[in-house]
Amino acid sequence: MQISGAQMVIEALIAEEVEVVFGYPGGAIMNVYDEIYKQRSFQHILTRHEQAAVHAAEGYAKATGKVGVAMITSGPGFTNGVTGLADAYMDSIPLVVISGQVPMSLIGTDAFQEIDAVGISRPCTKHNYLVTDAADLPRVLKEAFYIARTGRPGPVHVDIPKDVTAQIATFDYSKEVELETYKPTTKGNARQIKKAIEAIAAAKRPLLYLGGGIVSSGAADLVREFSKMTQIPAVETFMARGTLRFDDPLLISMLGMHGFDDRVTGKLSEFAKNAQIIHVDIDPASVSKLVHAHYPIVGDVKNVLEQMMPLAKEQIDPVRYAPWLNTIANFNKLHPLSYTEEGDRLKPQWVIERIGQLLGDKANISTDVGQHQMWTAQFYPFSRPRQWVSSGGLGTMGFGFPAALGVKRADPERVSINITGDGSILMNIQELMTAVEYKLPVINVILNNNFLGMVRQWQTLFYDKRHSQTDLSIQPDFVKVAEAFGGVGYRVTTKEEFDAALKDAVEKNVVTIIDVVVNRFENVLPMVPAGGSLFNMMLEYKEK
Amino acid sequence: MENARRVISVIVLNEASVLSRIVGLFSGRGYNIESLTVAPIPDSKYSRITIVTAGSLRVIEQITKQLHKLIPVLKVYEHADLVEKEMAMVKIPMNESLGDIEALAHAYNGRIVNVGSDTLIAMVADEPSRVGHFLEAIKRFHPKEIVRSGSVALER
Ligand SMILES: Cc1ncc(C[n+]2csc(CCOP(=O)(O)OP(=O)(O)O)c2C)c(N)n1
Repeated sequence: MQISGAQMVIEALIAEEVEVVFGYPGGAIMNVYDEIYKQRSFQHILTRHEQAAVHAAEGYAKATGKVGVAMITSGPGFTNGVTGLADAYMDSIPLVVISGQVPMSLIGTDAFQEIDAVGISRPCTKHNYLVTDAADLPRVLKEAFYIARTGRPGPVHVDIPKDVTAQIATFDYSKEVELETYKPTTKGNARQIKKAIEAIAAAKRPLLYLGGGIVSSGAADLVREFSKMTQIPAVETFMARGTLRFDDPLLISMLGMHGFDDRVTGKLSEFAKNAQIIHVDIDPASVSKLVHAHYPIVGDVKNVLEQMMPLAKEQIDPVRYAPWLNTIANFNKLHPLSYTEEGDRLKPQWVIERIGQLLGDKANISTDVGQHQMWTAQFYPFSRPRQWVSSGGLGTMGFGFPAALGVKRADPERVSINITGDGSILMNIQELMTAVEYKLPVINVILNNNFLGMVRQWQTLFYDKRHSQTDLSIQPDFVKVAEAFGGVGYRVTTKEEFDAALKDAVEKNVVTIIDVVVNRFENVLPMVPAGGSLFNMMLEYKEK
Repeated sequence: MENARRVISVIVLNEASVLSRIVGLFSGRGYNIESLTVAPIPDSKYSRITIVTAGSLRVIEQITKQLHKLIPVLKVYEHADLVEKEMAMVKIPMNESLGDIEALAHAYNGRIVNVGSDTLIAMVADEPSRVGHFLEAIKRFHPKEIVRSGSVALER
């Protein structure tokens, strides 16, 4: 088939069974947008900022497990999207992001809206391409989707100069992808797995430390089966919330202040220093990156668990761990995740628990970044993987709302909630317009503490209460903001008001903001001071 | 063993920007590259990149793993037992003794390769440390320009 580069992009998206593209047009990508206009196979959602387009594609990818697609123009369109690429890179989210570029003849001339896009995206993508000939486009696009979703998933960026989208060439999408230099290991080494199971069977206090790879590889059911069969207790990292049900007796409440990697381990030399570590990871570069693994196993955790199951059934005696389970039950009792109610002000933790009580499994939960994010990870009763969508690696304020739009588009039957802060919500507030236009009724719950709360907390604890540039006393009227875009807003100060607002918002078929006035000086606990060890974990903090 | 000198060979697809991907891994992490050589492998679609760097075992292990992750990278060798060579050329004013220069170059596997009206060029090819010795020794002939090629290496 002889077609233009722009038509090839459309044909490739159709062949990849893409049902929605999030994007924003501009000069260099106009040929492709002209073809989008002519087709009926997929929906294009016009976000109001390129960063939001990429985050929405991330939310969609997280909720479905499919590759999310975003399309942006050259120069400022591309640079606006970079935060999304970096975010997806850090959290291993499969994306294909297509950007326009100035025509080949102008590349390198500092042309209008020219920027070295692949130069910028190189360190924050799994792979990227500058396509210099339309004849390469079918192969490149096919590879892009393949690379994005296989191995350790991640974003792939494809930059296409304007003359290449106009160029006519042969389109053949039938060839299988074959990359001699890219063959992700998916099965675990059998000998290593055997040794690992022997080590578990001989251990006295085994612990499953569940990471985000379980969610992305679709291994949660297997993990549930494994933990039930072996009776080994588990902790979940921040990214793995929902792997085990919140009420699973084997689940230990979340570790540390920021349940993940260097921030969970605290001081490395002190981290689980008497333990033997079995580390399963699809990415060999992650094994032993921070903590030395005694049994490194490279492979897709789903396959590795399948390989482990029969051995575990034979060798692991669940009764052996009973005393250990007792100790843990005691620890959970001594140090439960808790908060105290005081005065009239709503506690942010209560709001999150309340959403959980009222909606539970019926909601998908996205967050922005800050205290509200940590409290959500701690207090929301997650009951399934992919229910939880949050920026873990990059910690991108402004992620939550557009991601929640993508989640809503992916899973329209469920309520899509973005739990956010009064700081973060303003970083992509313009997406109210997208939500209204495309009827994506996301509920934004602002835990409004009139602060950049997370930074304020660190200032309180480690900077002698010098609250430098974190006071957000000056605020917009969020109710009016929502209304101005055609949504609905609520301002809430009591429990009754919150219940009523949430009930109303769920019934409304339009985007909402519930602006909840919460206690200003609440802190996230427990926390591990940066560079400190878990042994010195702060479990409580009393204002002096 | 902290910050020992290491030689890493990377076999990569010959394609646009592959070198920036490799170099970016080093610069993005603040690691220095002491030398780097690239050339296509004959009769193949691959090139061989030889990188000399310094770092702890841990750092080097991370770098090798990260290099492996790059899509166009076929193989990464972190050499232990290897034959390593480097070449150097020096430009020397013509008023020095040709015989002495020739003899010195000869001791380091080299010779005079060009004689012009004002300057001559001598080259040597030897182990990198020996090339260093040669460049020390040649100083007394007042070299005007020196170029080193960087190491190439093969496992024994
Ligand atoms: C884009 C971006 N800029 C800055 C930060 C640093 N930062 C982390 S949390 C935080 C405060 C967030 O405040 P808010 O959204 O009100 O949430 P709260 O902590 O009060 O719940 C800031 C500024 C960040 N994570 N992302």
